Amino acid sequence: MTGNVTLAIVAGVLIAAGVYLLTERSLTRILVGVLVMSNGVNILFLIAAGRAGDPPLLGLFNPDTMADPLPMAMVLTAIVITMAVSAFVVTVAYRSFQLNGHDEVSDDIEDRRIRELAERDDVSDSFEDISFSDTGEDRVSE
Amino acid sequence: MLIGLIALHFVVGAMASLWARWLGRNAFLLAALLPLGGLVGLVVEAGPILAGATYVETFSWIPALGVSLTFRIGLLQWLLGLLVTGIGTIVLIYCRWYFSRPPARTLGLLVAFAGAMLGLVSADDLVVLYVFWELTTVFSYLMIGHDSSRRANRAAATTALIVTTTGGLAMLVGIVTFGILAGTYSLSGILAAPPHGLAATAAALLMLAGALSKSALAPFHFWLPGAMAAPTPVSAYLHAATMVKAGVYLAAAMAPAFASVPLWRPVIAILGAATMILGGWRALRQDDLKLLLAYGTVSQLGFIMLLVGLGTQAAAQAGLAMLLAHALFKATLFLSVGVIDHSTGTRDLTKLSGLARRMPVLAVIAGLAAASMAGIPPLFGFLSKEAALDTLIKLIGSGGDGTGFLPAAAVLLVAAVVVGSMLTVAYSLRWWWGAFGTRRRVEPTPVAHTPTVGFLAGPALLGLGCLVMGFSGAPLTDALSAYVATVHTGEHPHALALWHGFTPPLALSALALLGGAVLFWQRDGVARVQGTFPHMPAANDFYRTTMRLLDAVAVEVTARVQRGSLASSIGMILSVFIVLVGGTLILMPTWPVLPVAYDNLAQVAVAVVTCLAAISLVTVRGRIRAILTVGVTGYGTALLFLLHGAPDLALTQVLIETASLLVFLMVMRTLPKYFTDRPLHSSRWWRMLLAIGVGVTVTASILVSAGSREATPASAGLETAAYEFGYGKNIVNVILVDTRAWDTLGEISVLVIAATGVASLIFLRSRVPGRRPTRATTTNQSNGAWLRASQSLHPAARSLIFEVVTRLLFGVMILVSIYLLIAGHNLPGGGFAGGLVAGLALVVRYLAAGAKELDEAAPIDAGRVLGIGLFIGAGSAMLPWAFGGRIFQSFDIHLSIPALTAVETPWGVVNLFGDLHLVSSTVFDIGVYLVVLGMMLDLVRSLGAGIDQQAEEERTPMPRPESTTALPATARRSGGAR
Repeated sequence: MTGNVTLAIVAGVLIAAGVYLLTERSLTRILVGVLVMSNGVNILFLIAAGRAGDPPLLGLFNPDTMADPLPMAMVLTAIVITMAVSAFVVTVAYRSFQLNGHDEVSDDIEDRRIRELAERDDVSDSFEDISFSDTGEDRVSE
Repeated sequence: MLIGLIALHFVVGAMASLWARWLGRNAFLLAALLPLGGLVGLVVEAGPILAGATYVETFSWIPALGVSLTFRIGLLQWLLGLLVTGIGTIVLIYCRWYFSRPPARTLGLLVAFAGAMLGLVSADDLVVLYVFWELTTVFSYLMIGHDSSRRANRAAATTALIVTTTGGLAMLVGIVTFGILAGTYSLSGILAAPPHGLAATAAALLMLAGALSKSALAPFHFWLPGAMAAPTPVSAYLHAATMVKAGVYLAAAMAPAFASVPLWRPVIAILGAATMILGGWRALRQDDLKLLLAYGTVSQLGFIMLLVGLGTQAAAQAGLAMLLAHALFKATLFLSVGVIDHSTGTRDLTKLSGLARRMPVLAVIAGLAAASMAGIPPLFGFLSKEAALDTLIKLIGSGGDGTGFLPAAAVLLVAAVVVGSMLTVAYSLRWWWGAFGTRRRVEPTPVAHTPTVGFLAGPALLGLGCLVMGFSGAPLTDALSAYVATVHTGEHPHALALWHGFTPPLALSALALLGGAVLFWQRDGVARVQGTFPHMPAANDFYRTTMRLLDAVAVEVTARVQRGSLASSIGMILSVFIVLVGGTLILMPTWPVLPVAYDNLAQVAVAVVTCLAAISLVTVRGRIRAILTVGVTGYGTALLFLLHGAPDLALTQVLIETASLLVFLMVMRTLPKYFTDRPLHSSRWWRMLLAIGVGVTVTASILVSAGSREATPASAGLETAAYEFGYGKNIVNVILVDTRAWDTLGEISVLVIAATGVASLIFLRSRVPGRRPTRATTTNQSNGAWLRASQSLHPAARSLIFEVVTRLLFGVMILVSIYLLIAGHNLPGGGFAGGLVAGLALVVRYLAAGAKELDEAAPIDAGRVLGIGLFIGAGSAMLPWAFGGRIFQSFDIHLSIPALTAVETPWGVVNLFGDLHLVSSTVFDIGVYLVVLGMMLDLVRSLGAGIDQQAEEERTPMPRPESTTALPATARRSGGAR
């Protein structure tokens, strides 16, 4: 079984363009990046399906020359889901404009806090440094 | 029966809050019936088990992995089962009086724990044993942390959990190693034919590590005193009588086969003796009666572990006797502390005074238990300690009684145990004197609640047990013989008896008693000496330092790895991809044969256009242009699908591409025309490098992996199966609605979630934005408009041609969508494509005449369509099951309608759907159709009609002219008010 160079290059180019756009700050560009990238990934499935062939329709074509149907079924649901999710992303972008006047992804505040903790060589909030060895008493419910 | 009983524990435990509400405190009595049932069952089986038989119960659990719920009760398991059920019954009854208001949580956990513990000591399969092992840990954790609002409780619970699960993980590694070496996970199987070699040694020692951590041996001992934060009956049951014995049980079960592996005996001897002395030493310093007992437990566990782990016949007998004796006296002592605490409100032995006179019965009971702990004749503790000392003295003989211990080491061991026994005597006296004695300078402690008979019954029964068992030497020897016989090292021990004559063990016992008495007599001096000892860095401190270090490292790593910027996070993930996948490719010695360049020339042409569009995307600055350009790549992909022989995919992709183009444009109309203008950042170059790196890696890796493929495709055979089991000729559709229907069900659920997310971001509160008023406009139209709602639009916004075309097209599109849905099982189409076409028809109606026209076309809430669709989808999955089939099984029906098979038409006789071949999976496809349609309706109603409405109310963002930002809706409205 062999791959198809043309398809592989298309997939590579689409994914590369997607990666470039994905590292932008504007949500709309990120959305475009996701779209073009998912097209590229769907083409990867075609390569995994092997050589081009006849449509997998029984009775109309000879099963020996049919293309592999399993990757197709996977791609089909992937296409629809991509649309649903990207519609969600575009709505988030709209909402961001509605609230902030721009759609840029800002830096995470929690991560900045952790960085400050690390600079102070501190421990996280969830850490409790207590010695219990001599406090072993319970409360009788009275 | 055993399996059912264990399961019943969990069921009753889960319903604890019900029992507590119905029965109040008496719920504990109801719960006590369960362990009592277990106890009766075990007693009934006593005859055959004491004769050396085993009781086995099997239930196949994971046949593929060879894991079965096998429970096997031999003598050892039977003895521990007696402890678990017997003491469990007594403790639960005792709880009835201990708690004034019934804590449902503690009740449920205690009952569930009793079940898990019973499972632990009877499970034969090591994986099952491990599950029960960790369950007891979790229940113990929950009960120690019963009052999670107190920091000390939380710390104690966490420490217990972390220390014992760390040991448990080591044990799991050992279990898996044994499973691989022996080819079975059965404990009895492994013990019958123990594997040999380095790996088996490592596995045995890892399991020993788990046992040591569970039984709180040094250096893991520090969690047990902390665990005293649990209520006293819980401590009595878990942290004295049963759970901490799990490690002892495991060591006792393994010792006959594995005591002779390298390091086993030295580790057990050194840690056991050290723990015995350490625990006793620290017990002498405690003022809290319960903590004193906790350190005493640590000490005794060291002693018992030392005995059962030695693996000689004498040690086996003495170890089991000691195990039983300890469970009896320690449970009594803990329960007595509970009574004292309950009656006086304190456990501090510096504050208690004169209780012997006020609670004489309790003083006698606790005195019996304390005397048993100290090893005073004729109590059970003396009996077992005599046997233990005899065992250890045997080690001094030549060959160390078969263990190979050097005489010097054996002498040291005996000396350590005698010193440990002295400490035991001293802290036993200290405990009893502290609890019941009369101090000169302390006022007699008032007794607020005189303990009732029921409250005292449990400790009294156990305390009497300490006395009665002291005289049971001969029958107990017989009872233990079945286990002793499984050990093949060392000489046969004497029978257990109170009197063997003037022997070295008796002398050592006397020495220990005398020494202990002196230590107690001179207790002030001892305390002064203890006070002069420098503070040694203890295991506890090591644990705290380790945990602190772990947390600090986590903070450092998170700060390094998670910079907070989305771009750098994605960059890091993709860099890892490039390095790992690309690196693997570079290091591959041979690459597969060169792949084909292309399948057909059309493919190349489409590929070129698609690539150009993708590259131009990188530099596009306008929003709408970007959406259109990405559309080009989408249609290009659709053509590539078609050329590959995937008409279903091509059809769906074209429909999706069109639909998303429209939906995105609806949003883009309110956003600024251009993307944010950022100065050319230097980061641009590394981003480009990253993109190219990922692209090249993807291309190379897919070519290499496609070329190296050797296995038969997973779809092989589907071309026959599709029709035989799925009754469809379109294999892709059969895969979607039958072969991988679970997958599709999950995916339509994602659609529902995404559509709901979109709607909730736009409407924020309700999905139905004032749909009701539209009804009024529909009544007064009779002027022959092509679309009813078009009059609501501004005349300049209307397009007659569009209206006419829409009117004509809508019905056709709906018909086509239904055709695609029905034909999809045999020809290209299906629920996805059909739903999309219907959705597009709605979009067209909206575009032609606005939101009101959309409501005309679909006067229904999108959420309902989504819900009905999902319901039909899931329902069609369940339906075959209701009729005795499997979930998602397909059935077909052939229907013949005679009237339609031959219809006379002007073009001849036509078969007009006369022969229907209905397949049940079409129902599932209808569900898919409705979900997709509902999603489209939700999208167009939110992003089309919803944004229209917000524009009317001036709630949309307003793009600033010649700028890449917009005026936020909030600023806009406040500006308008001004």
